[in-house]
Amino acid sequence: MIALHNVHYTYPGSELPTLHELTLSVPSGQFCALVGPNRAGKSTLCYVLSGFIPHFYRGKLAGDVQVAGVDVPRTSLAELAGVVGLVFQNPFNQISGARFSVREEVAFGLENLGVPREEILPRVDQALALVGLGALADRSPYALSGGEQQRLALASVMVMRPKVLVLDEPTAQLDPRGTRAVFEALRRISAQGKTTVFMVEHKLEWVATFADRVVVLEQGRLVADGDPRAILGSPAAWGRGVGRTRYTEAAQRGGERGLIHASGPLPVTLEQATRFFQ
Amino acid sequence: MRVKVEGLSYRYPQGVLALQGIDLSIEAGESLAIIGENGAGKTTLAKHLNGLLKPTQGRVLVGDLDTRQLSTAQLARFVSYLFQNPDDQLFERTVWREVAFGPRNLGCTPQEVEARTQRALETVGLLAHAQDNPFDLHPSERKLLALAATLAMEAPIILLDEPTTGLDHRTLEMIGRVVERLKEWGRTVIVISHDMDFCMEHCARIVLMAQGRVLADGPSQEVFAHGELLARAGVDPPQLVRLSQALGLPGVPRQVDEFLDLLAISRQRSR
Repeated sequence: MIALHNVHYTYPGSELPTLHELTLSVPSGQFCALVGPNRAGKSTLCYVLSGFIPHFYRGKLAGDVQVAGVDVPRTSLAELAGVVGLVFQNPFNQISGARFSVREEVAFGLENLGVPREEILPRVDQALALVGLGALADRSPYALSGGEQQRLALASVMVMRPKVLVLDEPTAQLDPRGTRAVFEALRRISAQGKTTVFMVEHKLEWVATFADRVVVLEQGRLVADGDPRAILGSPAAWGRGVGRTRYTEAAQRGGERGLIHASGPLPVTLEQATRFFQ
Repeated sequence: MRVKVEGLSYRYPQGVLALQGIDLSIEAGESLAIIGENGAGKTTLAKHLNGLLKPTQGRVLVGDLDTRQLSTAQLARFVSYLFQNPDDQLFERTVWREVAFGPRNLGCTPQEVEARTQRALETVGLLAHAQDNPFDLHPSERKLLALAATLAMEAPIILLDEPTTGLDHRTLEMIGRVVERLKEWGRTVIVISHDMDFCMEHCARIVLMAQGRVLADGPSQEVFAHGELLARAGVDPPQLVRLSQALGLPGVPRQVDEFLDLLAISRQRSR
C-alpha cells in the first residue's frame, strides 16, 4: 500500500515547490493510474514513492511517505529495492550497460541482492515471458528496438517482485500488442492482491479499461480522484489538461451538434462508446 | 524532391535481418506514416532515408542521389531527422545554440542562422526558453526542442520518429499543428508512430510494416479499413474507425466531425 500525508517537495535550486500538500492512500492490490499535463509533477511523485527523492535527488521533502509499511525517506535505496520498484519513463536510463544479454540484464538486480542462482534463473525467465521477451533473451540489450528496451526495463523491475510497483509511462514506446501485454500483466499482479500498482500514463483508453482508480495531478496538487470513467469522461478533467479519447470527444461534439443527449460522464472506451452511440 | 527505395534489405552487424526487399516511392510534399509493431523495421527504414544506415542490398535515392555515395552530413541538407529519444540529439549549452547548430553547419549566413532559429523556436513555442540549458527543460519540452532543431534545417524531407510519445494532449496538439504547417509549406513529412489517431489525422498515406517487409501501402482511409491486415501486423485501427465499425457505419472517418456526419446520415436512413 501507499500512504502519503501532507507531502511537499522542492527541487534543489528551485524556489517553487513541485509537489504541494499531497495526501493519498492506495490500498494493497489496487491498480491506480496517475494522469495530468506535462510538468504537473507526475515523475517527481514517482521519485518520491520510490525513494529517489530524497536519496538521489536532494531538495526539500516534507510530510510522510510510507510504502508497504516502510518509511521511505528513512530507508536506504538498497533496503527499498525489495519493497518498491520504479520503471523509468526513458528505458535508456534504466538499462545498466554492464550486462551483455537481455537475460543477464534482468538477473542483475537479483544478483546484487545475493539471491541464490537456482532461484534467479526461473524468476528471470518468468519476468521475460510476462513482457513477451522470452525469444530475445540472448540478444544484447542494445540490439533491441525502442519498444523492446522498454519491456526489458519493465522485466528488470518486475523480477524483483516489489510490493509496490511504480511505473512512469511504461508503454510510451510500445505498440498495441506490447501495451496490452503490459496492462494485462499489471492487472494480473495487482489482482493477486499483493502488489500495488501506481502508474503514470497518457494512454487514456487503456487506463479506463484496466485501472481501478484514476488520480489527477495538476501543478503539484491532487485535483481529482475516483472511478476512471467518472474522472476521464467529465469536462473538469479535460480543462485540467488531461486530454480525452476520441470517443469522449465524439460524444461531447455530438452533444453540441444536437445529435445526442447525454447526462453523466461521457464514454472513454470503445465498449462504452459503442453502447453510448447505439 | 522524391525518395525512392529499391529492393532494400538490411542486416545489422549483429546479424539481425531487419529489412527485406522494401520498395517505396515517396513524392515531394507527401505526408506519410510508417506504422507497425515494435521491431517491425520502421526506424531501420527511416535511418536509410537520411543515410545513417546504408543498404546491405538494394538502394535508396534521395532526388537523384544514391545515399551510399553521400555522407549523413551531406544528406542532412535534404533529409532532417527527429530522433525517437530527444536526448540522443541534444548537446549544446543553450536552447538557442542547440537550434542554431544545424543551420550554422549547413553554412548559412549569421542572419540566416538567426532567422531560422527564431522561426523554429517560435513554431514549437519555445522562444521564451531560448537561453535555458536544454537539460533543465522538462522531457516534453526537450522533445519540442529536438523538433525545433530538426525544423531549423529547413530540409525538404522531414522524418519524425515517434514524435508524440510521452506528451500530454496540449503538446500533442502542438506537434499536430507543426505537421500541418510543414505540409502547407510543401515539405515531405514522414512520421513513425504507434499513435494511430495522430497518423489518421495528419498523414494521407500509410505504409504498414511487419517483420522487415511492407505489408500494405496506400491512402490512410484504405489501409485503416483493412482490419484483418492490421491485426496481422499487430496494429489497432484508429479509435474513430473502430467505433464506426462497431456501430456498423459505412465509412472510415478521419476526424470527429466526419464520424458524426456518418452517424447522422445512418440515423436519417434508419428512420
